[in-house]
Amino acid sequence: MNPELIVFIIFGTVSIIGAIAVISFRHPIYSALSLIVTFFSQAGLFVLLGAHFVAAVQVIVYAGAIMVLFLFVIMLLNLGTLSAKGALTGKLKGVAIILGILLAVEGVYIAVRALKNDTAVASDAAKEAAAALANKPIETYDIGRLLFSDYLLPFEVTSLILLAALIGVIVLVKRDKQPEN
Amino acid sequence: MEINILEQIVIPIIKVLFIAHLLVIGVMVMIWSERRVSGWIQDRLGPNRVGPQGLLQPIADGIKFLFKEDLIPNHVDKPLYVLAPAMLLIPAMLTIAVVPFGDAITIGELEISLQIADINIGILYILAITSLGVYGVVIGAWASNNKYSLLGGLRSSAQMISYELTLGLGIIGVLMLSGSLSLRTIAGEGQAIAGEGQGSYPWEWNFLIHFPAFLAFTTAMFAETNRLPFDLAEAEQELVAGYHTEYSSMKFAIFFMAEYMNMIVGSAVVVTLFLGGWQFFGLETMGGPIWSGVISFAIFFIKTGIFLFVFIWVRWTLPRFRYDQLMNFGWKFLLPVALTSIVVTGTLYIATKGNLVWIGIGNTVAAFIVVSIVAGILALDNNSKAAAQDTSAAPLRQETLTIEAIE
Repeated sequence: MNPELIVFIIFGTVSIIGAIAVISFRHPIYSALSLIVTFFSQAGLFVLLGAHFVAAVQVIVYAGAIMVLFLFVIMLLNLGTLSAKGALTGKLKGVAIILGILLAVEGVYIAVRALKNDTAVASDAAKEAAAALANKPIETYDIGRLLFSDYLLPFEVTSLILLAALIGVIVLVKRDKQPEN
Repeated sequence: MEINILEQIVIPIIKVLFIAHLLVIGVMVMIWSERRVSGWIQDRLGPNRVGPQGLLQPIADGIKFLFKEDLIPNHVDKPLYVLAPAMLLIPAMLTIAVVPFGDAITIGELEISLQIADINIGILYILAITSLGVYGVVIGAWASNNKYSLLGGLRSSAQMISYELTLGLGIIGVLMLSGSLSLRTIAGEGQAIAGEGQGSYPWEWNFLIHFPAFLAFTTAMFAETNRLPFDLAEAEQELVAGYHTEYSSMKFAIFFMAEYMNMIVGSAVVVTLFLGGWQFFGLETMGGPIWSGVISFAIFFIKTGIFLFVFIWVRWTLPRFRYDQLMNFGWKFLLPVALTSIVVTGTLYIATKGNLVWIGIGNTVAAFIVVSIVAGILALDNNSKAAAQDTSAAPLRQETLTIEAIE
């Protein structure tokens, strides 16, 4: 058996189990920890694809920073265990069912199409790019090159969005204090 | 795929076993030297009865921990309570995998690189794994179901998030000059794309070129390892013992092992990034192909040891920060210094065509200016606050508000 396939199965299984555990646990801390497990095994999948940089960033940003904040907030607010009935009631339940069915249909459609003729899904250009990258891991250097040349505009727009979010946070936090002065 | 059993399986396993055991033995030596050095600094003896100079004291401690009752209190969240020490220890041990601890040993045609894995994103790997270390503290604190533990965990997570930024930004200047994320390249060789690595003479090492970033990175490293003066997560006077209050026996010992392992790995990373790695002028080329590897390992070992001594020295010299001082220091001084180092290094690299002397001078001067500006702004701010305090009792009300919010 191909060793890459074995590693893929391990990481894939762990990430699916983690994802199921996120919504199955009644306690938010356990859910958050399961989400970390999922992120971590996804990073493993990225490594398998040769995208080492993306894997590292996945762990640094999601598992290392965002989830720490999640845990911090859960602990600070001291959220208790959800009741046995769950939070889904009334209208929410209907919306959840519709969205769930939609997602399932999409998943099945993509899977069937990929199994039927696995070459038709990707365009020719994408296939060529994949073939070129297949044998060597993507270097951080290449990513930097692309970000500051071909994808400069999206990159700058993203940074502007982040800056706007930062300023928004500062404004929201400051608003309480201003009436005092 | 052809697999060479000796090169791809046997030698890596030997390297992993060697480093893992070295790390555990290093922890024992660190515990002994911490107690002896602290005794020396405080003008007392420290443990000196078990074995020569008390060297066997850590083993006696270990046996004591193993034979103590492994108590799990009734009020804890059992699965997470048991898991937490491991969540702290495993990241501490994983980090060392990418640190190059020597040049290479050549036996005949076989070249053994003294590093477990030379991956091309080495430094990102280190940042990623150290950022996972905080979970052990936070989960241990929460699972203990104890007010003091929880407060310690909250403090620790806020502190680690704040100082991780400096940790990550402080090294960017170094990365820009060496042109690579691989620790082996940063330590010595450099890469064709951008610039050079570190030479073997002390003035060619990164700590002079990036002096402010070096200080910021080292300080952030102290904070990440939860050592004094940053050990607010376990401030004894306020929080009993912080996040590990409810732990006993070997679980408690594992928390401590993880702390010392983090120190050792942190020192090794600082040595690699800023202090020339395994190089020291003249020495690393001495001897034949086998001995030069061994000597380079010894150099790395000694450098790391000296830095570990600084860790202990600082702990027994500086008092603990107050919490607001800690946050102010991290966000208002260290972060601007790290950011300045990125801007100045990049600008001067282009402007002077990679003249390291100018980059070094520019970095230090710029950091000095930034720190002065920040200190000036803070002083003005404090003055106006003091003036406001004279006219109204508003600050007092604010304090009671925060206390209510915490409760």
